[in-house]
Amino acid sequence: MATLVTSISGWGRYPAQTCELERPERYADLRPNAPSVIARGQGRSYGDAALNENGRVLLTERVNRMLDFDTEQGILRAEAGTTLAEILPVIVAKGWFLPVTPGTKFVSLGGCVAADVHGKNHHHDGSFGEHVLALEMILADGSRVTCSPSESPELFWATVGGMGLTGIIGEVTLKLSPVTSAYMHVQNRAADNLEQLFALLQDEDKDDRYSVAWIDCLARGAQLGRGVAMFGHHADADYLPPSLGGPLNAKPGRTRAMPFNFPGWALNPLSIGAFNEFYFKREGKKENPFLSGYDAYFYPLDGITEWNRMYGKRGFVQYQCVIPDATAFEGIQSLLEELSASRRSSFLAVLKRLGEQGRGMLSFPLAGYTLALDLPIHDEEGLLGLLNRLDEIVLRHSGRVYLAKDARLSSRSFHSMYPRHDELMSIKNQIDPGNRFGSSMSRRLGIAGGRR
Amino acid sequence: MSGSVLILGATSAIARGTAGAFAARGHDLYLAGRDMAELPRIAADIRLRYGVEVRFGLFDAVATDTHAAFLQTVIDEMKGLCGVVLAFGYLGDPIAARDFSVGAKVIAANFTGAASILSHCANYFEPLKSGFIIGISSVAGDRGRQSNYVYGAAKGALSLYLQGLRNRLYSSGVRVITVKPGFVDTAMTYGLPGLFLVASPQHIGACIARAPDKSADVLYLPWFWRYIMLIIKHIPEPIFKRLKL
Repeated sequence: MATLVTSISGWGRYPAQTCELERPERYADLRPNAPSVIARGQGRSYGDAALNENGRVLLTERVNRMLDFDTEQGILRAEAGTTLAEILPVIVAKGWFLPVTPGTKFVSLGGCVAADVHGKNHHHDGSFGEHVLALEMILADGSRVTCSPSESPELFWATVGGMGLTGIIGEVTLKLSPVTSAYMHVQNRAADNLEQLFALLQDEDKDDRYSVAWIDCLARGAQLGRGVAMFGHHADADYLPPSLGGPLNAKPGRTRAMPFNFPGWALNPLSIGAFNEFYFKREGKKENPFLSGYDAYFYPLDGITEWNRMYGKRGFVQYQCVIPDATAFEGIQSLLEELSASRRSSFLAVLKRLGEQGRGMLSFPLAGYTLALDLPIHDEEGLLGLLNRLDEIVLRHSGRVYLAKDARLSSRSFHSMYPRHDELMSIKNQIDPGNRFGSSMSRRLGIAGGRR
Repeated sequence: MSGSVLILGATSAIARGTAGAFAARGHDLYLAGRDMAELPRIAADIRLRYGVEVRFGLFDAVATDTHAAFLQTVIDEMKGLCGVVLAFGYLGDPIAARDFSVGAKVIAANFTGAASILSHCANYFEPLKSGFIIGISSVAGDRGRQSNYVYGAAKGALSLYLQGLRNRLYSSGVRVITVKPGFVDTAMTYGLPGLFLVASPQHIGACIARAPDKSADVLYLPWFWRYIMLIIKHIPEPIFKRLKL
């Protein structure tokens, strides 16, 4: 099969590397055809997780067929290249929803499993892998095996969160979650500082199925950590006004494209500060519950395709970490102080409560609070220095950095943050002793024997 | 318009795009092809996405003696057809030009097989006084070039065949539409150097599914290929024969 050698990057557009792309269209062609292979779905991981410099990258985008949908039980089986955007209209019309969804629907099922993604409901429902009933895997020797929490559980939990290093995910069987409407019942609450924001997220009376907080990263001093907490749940069909034309009938919003790369200076402390002030005032005012279509609620940025071009040609780094409950407040406070002291502005900062750690060996979530920052790359060295300091804070609080967002963590930090790496290593030694599945990330971090 | 559409050669990217576009317009489908591992996957997917009935079965363009029985089975299973899309094609290898054993296969699939199944389809639609036959030919059939003239000759012959069929079926009210795609982003073209303005198979599929509602008999896709080919066809032969195309 013909391949294409070209330079590609992740969603953060940093780093860009030359890889040999292969794009099968038949399920039978989804197999490792080169000495070093990594599967890539929609390329929405931010850094180098789906890059394989000078190696093969297997695009799964055309292997995207939905195979079986049990509308009684809410069980969907589909090929790994299928995106959440393709699945949603099919399942919502029948009264089902994704059990877990990340902040974009333009991700593949395979990617959701490999990164064991989480959503705003992690503190109630866990991460994506918890809802996967079975996987069909294509292993290094080309064989196809089924694994699940009961069948080959070691392979299953090595693959959930395993960043594609155990093999190619071929098919995913997913347990969906029932809904009676396509709408969300949403309520925002403003907080003047970090302490108030934590109190809001911890308050069991205010808590809801979905919760997340936006933080104004430019607020300093007494206002450090001011933000808006947003709570929501799937609206009950009985709650909807009849004017909406059928409870399961939400139309997705209009999409606009980011027409060009913004110049590097477009996002600066002044413009970001002005935006944050506007956003805080606007969103903070929505203290009364309101209805929102699921699309606008879960995927606000999907309305603007290629929004990553906002960060200019040099791209951006997303930094997402979690700090365990015990010292979450102190940890997040130190991170925000460090960021504030650096006078670097994060356009988007999100704080989210996470529930119990899942069973995936390299899964990111653990009980605590996760902070996500988008940082434009103006001067690479200064930014990387800041991020290394943030790593130190995270390590001090026994936290970890999310691999799906990462482009620059050190191997040493990775090994301290992910203590179950040894378990993955021993599975990998059995099923892929030649280390056929590897990525630029696995070599950078020394995951599962990957080295340069 | 509703009714069932038969897609011949249903596992290619263009065919999948076309099948999806017909399903989105409410047509039930019969997907025919050789790859019995892929057909049920594509059928299940279209069924789930569009809520139409999709059946599938084995069809081999080269096995012309099976074509009559095959078409009858499809007509029985779907309780009639409103249209047929001939989407199969076999590019072969440029070496086909030197080794006729390969070239013979290219001709057998792209022309002989196509002419065979289309003759049965024409005989079915003619007395019905309705329906459409869409044949996916190629811009490669508009002028012979050293890089793929066996394929081009077979597709050119298919274009001529469709033209004659259109003339024959006009009085019966059966539409015959020739589709000539330019560069489309498929497995056939992936990674090839020198491609430009490559169209997505979904776009091509949507244009094909709209074609029966429109008046054009010969459809270049995307539209500007009509003008690219107009220029290429008009290069004088004494010059054309010297070009490395």
